[in-house]
Amino acid sequence: MLKRAALFLFCLTLSHAAIAEVNLIVIGGELKRTPVAVVPFGWEGQAAQAPLDIAKVISADLYRSGRFAPQAERDMLQKPTTGAEIDFGDWTILGVEALVVGKVIQVDANVYKVQFRLFDPIRQEQIYGYEFNASRGTMRRVAHRAADRIFEELTGIKGVFATKVAFVSAQGQGDNSLYRLVVADYDGENEAIVMESRDPIMSPAWSPDSRRLAYVSFEGNKSAIYVQQLRTGNRIKASSEPGINGAPSFSPDGRKLVITLGGVDGNLDIYILDLATKRKKRLTTHRAIDTEGSWSPDGRYIYFTSDRAGGPQIYRISTNGGTPERITFEGSYNARPRLSPDGKKLAVLTLDRGNYRIGVVDLRNKQLFVLSTGQQDESPSFAPNSEILIYATRQSGNGVLETVSADGLIYQRLEAGDGDVREPVWSPFER
Amino acid sequence: MSHSKILLLTLGLFAMAACTAPTVPDPEMTEAAGSAESGADTSAYGSGGAGGTELAAEDSYAGELATTIYFDFDSSEVRADDIDIIARHAVQISDDMRISVRLEGHADERGSREYNIGLGERRAQAVRRLLLLQGVAAGQISTVSFGEERPAAFGSGESAYSQNRRVEINYTN
Repeated sequence: MLKRAALFLFCLTLSHAAIAEVNLIVIGGELKRTPVAVVPFGWEGQAAQAPLDIAKVISADLYRSGRFAPQAERDMLQKPTTGAEIDFGDWTILGVEALVVGKVIQVDANVYKVQFRLFDPIRQEQIYGYEFNASRGTMRRVAHRAADRIFEELTGIKGVFATKVAFVSAQGQGDNSLYRLVVADYDGENEAIVMESRDPIMSPAWSPDSRRLAYVSFEGNKSAIYVQQLRTGNRIKASSEPGINGAPSFSPDGRKLVITLGGVDGNLDIYILDLATKRKKRLTTHRAIDTEGSWSPDGRYIYFTSDRAGGPQIYRISTNGGTPERITFEGSYNARPRLSPDGKKLAVLTLDRGNYRIGVVDLRNKQLFVLSTGQQDESPSFAPNSEILIYATRQSGNGVLETVSADGLIYQRLEAGDGDVREPVWSPFER
Repeated sequence: MSHSKILLLTLGLFAMAACTAPTVPDPEMTEAAGSAESGADTSAYGSGGAGGTELAAEDSYAGELATTIYFDFDSSEVRADDIDIIARHAVQISDDMRISVRLEGHADERGSREYNIGLGERRAQAVRRLLLLQGVAAGQISTVSFGEERPAAFGSGESAYSQNRRVEINYTN
């Protein structure tokens, strides 16, 4: 199901062969990686080996962050599983600046404890230690959570290794078209098909609690907005007005959607839909295209795309209504606004010298910084830590997913989905 | 307005459109679009002959009337040739109140997906307005925009793009 990709390193050295199976390929980067080591975890249990190679998952996460160079297992001079066993000299000689050791202990048929400790080999002291409870089913997630904690201790930035990504894939043409709404771990593992249709699916959006997805489906050749529970698969039809029902995005409290309605006469405007009462409030009335509404994290504004001035540009309007304020002025085409969860940056699709690329607007000074390098990149979405963006780009005619750090220093490709993959959206942090 | 009046009005518009329709292909038209439309034109004029027989010919060439209207880049303006084709559809549709049509607007793949839904809808509405102007009842027309989600031609480049910027007139019963 998943493509197992080899590693391609364009700008980095080939010293990270320890990670054989990854779905994220580093395709560029300028940051110097910090050497670290995640020692294979010890195992205390009935079977010959632990249900999952935790160290391998943590190493892969740290590597994919673009900030760390995990030591290959074969180069390790020792393989301690507790702090007492560590000979720090064996690690400082390799230049390792952070060391992770740990073990998996089976306490019942499907009950495990995952312990890990993070050490500074130079100062010869423990930086952090934690013990998770796990089952076989949750062990991969626990490994990602451990990586999150390690990453945050080392960088001060919250890790996103335990988050998910939703995207749409399209296969076939004409009557053989098949559209899928897919959710996968951030690294492309554990793909699950949320919804499948012969008619187009588009514009997935996460609820703030990451338990629901809103999306647009064209079942029966009509557009409608659905909200689907991920755990049960149950869904409600949130909007099926005549004409366009599009571009859903959740409010920060998860109770409302901002949507686009076109009506019978096709004048696209921004509306707020209360999911409980089904009541709609119209925010814009201009006869231009107003669409792609996105809630600001503080809940006060809707950022949206409008071509009221000719070409599409980003505007914002108070959720109480009023006169929209134009946000983007650089370039002839800026669309699909998405706020960073910290509210400081705005990701857009921007026309950059003939190419559609991902740009980030610094909302303090309104400066636009182009991040991607493709010809037809689209659908930027911020990771919940505001430090990484995911977007779709084209490779040999097909859509593929890439991530880029918000500073533009680290690019990676995510091998996920089959066919033409598009519209990735990063989940919020799990609550 | 009575049905016969609508019909008369439509016929008048149709006749005007037929008389003024350019016989020279639009230079901006692409190969694919041009051939599809000239095919429809050929059968129309061939079977129709001089002005007065056009109503009789209507039914006989109904099946061959082009159902796809193409648009220029970043435009929702119906090309002059296509006004004639839409007029003929208007006659057919307003002639039988049981007929309903779905106008499916499409855009090429460049740019943002939801904004392209808007562009596709603009094109569908341009065709809808012409149908309404020519007497088709609003209740007989629905519009849907697929944006770039259902391309007619795959691949990147103007030859594919020009086939994808379109409105399909879909008779639903």
